[in-house]
Amino acid sequence: MSLPVLLFASYADAFGARTVQVPVTAPCAVLDIVAALRVMPGGDRLPAEPLVAVNRTWVEASALVVVGDEIAIIPPVAGG
Amino acid sequence: METGVLHAAIVHAPIDVSALVARASHERVGAVSVFIGTVRDLNDGREVSGMEYEAYEGMAERELHAIATEADVRFPGVRLVMEHRVGLLTLGDASVVIVAAHMHRAPALDAARYVIEALKVRVPIWKREHYVDGDRQWIDPTATPVGKR
Repeated sequence: MSLPVLLFASYADAFGARTVQVPVTAPCAVLDIVAALRVMPGGDRLPAEPLVAVNRTWVEASALVVVGDEIAIIPPVAGG
Repeated sequence: METGVLHAAIVHAPIDVSALVARASHERVGAVSVFIGTVRDLNDGREVSGMEYEAYEGMAERELHAIATEADVRFPGVRLVMEHRVGLLTLGDASVVIVAAHMHRAPALDAARYVIEALKVRVPIWKREHYVDGDRQWIDPTATPVGKR
């Protein structure tokens, strides 16, 4: 089983994709998704505790996700 | 007079500053504060030719609106109008414009300041500098002292 995860900017460049399928079984914690991403090709450029949003809202690493959630790993923001 | 968040959007086209000021203005308003963020030519000693902005659009607009709503609560009576542009911008282009209008100057100035400072911390937007020498690099503000971001 896998979950789609959205990537942006430098993280999209690191993985060479804007969406990646991460091999985890939902429900699971955000930190499980990050751990799985970090061992995928390009994952060495992801910090251990990146910013994460679920359903377009900031969440903590301990937050749980279920199938159908919109999961996004967010690089350091730099607007303005 | 309608107060609060009148407009908060992520846009792709050049920002029309005059139109945003007009939208925030009102005959009962005595102060209109405008913050304009622009693309500058030099960063950390490197010559910049342009700036590419990317946003997580659904979330960025929602977060921008949430910040503006917080400013409305902190500074009651304020009229807020703002846009952040994404895409490839050239030197001098406005990347973000925040207009805060109020009966008095202090809340007008403070509300605009509140929005831009929170935007830089919480709105999922990224920028990649394009340098004169052809190189490009995503900016990581967490590697820079706060006042210089």
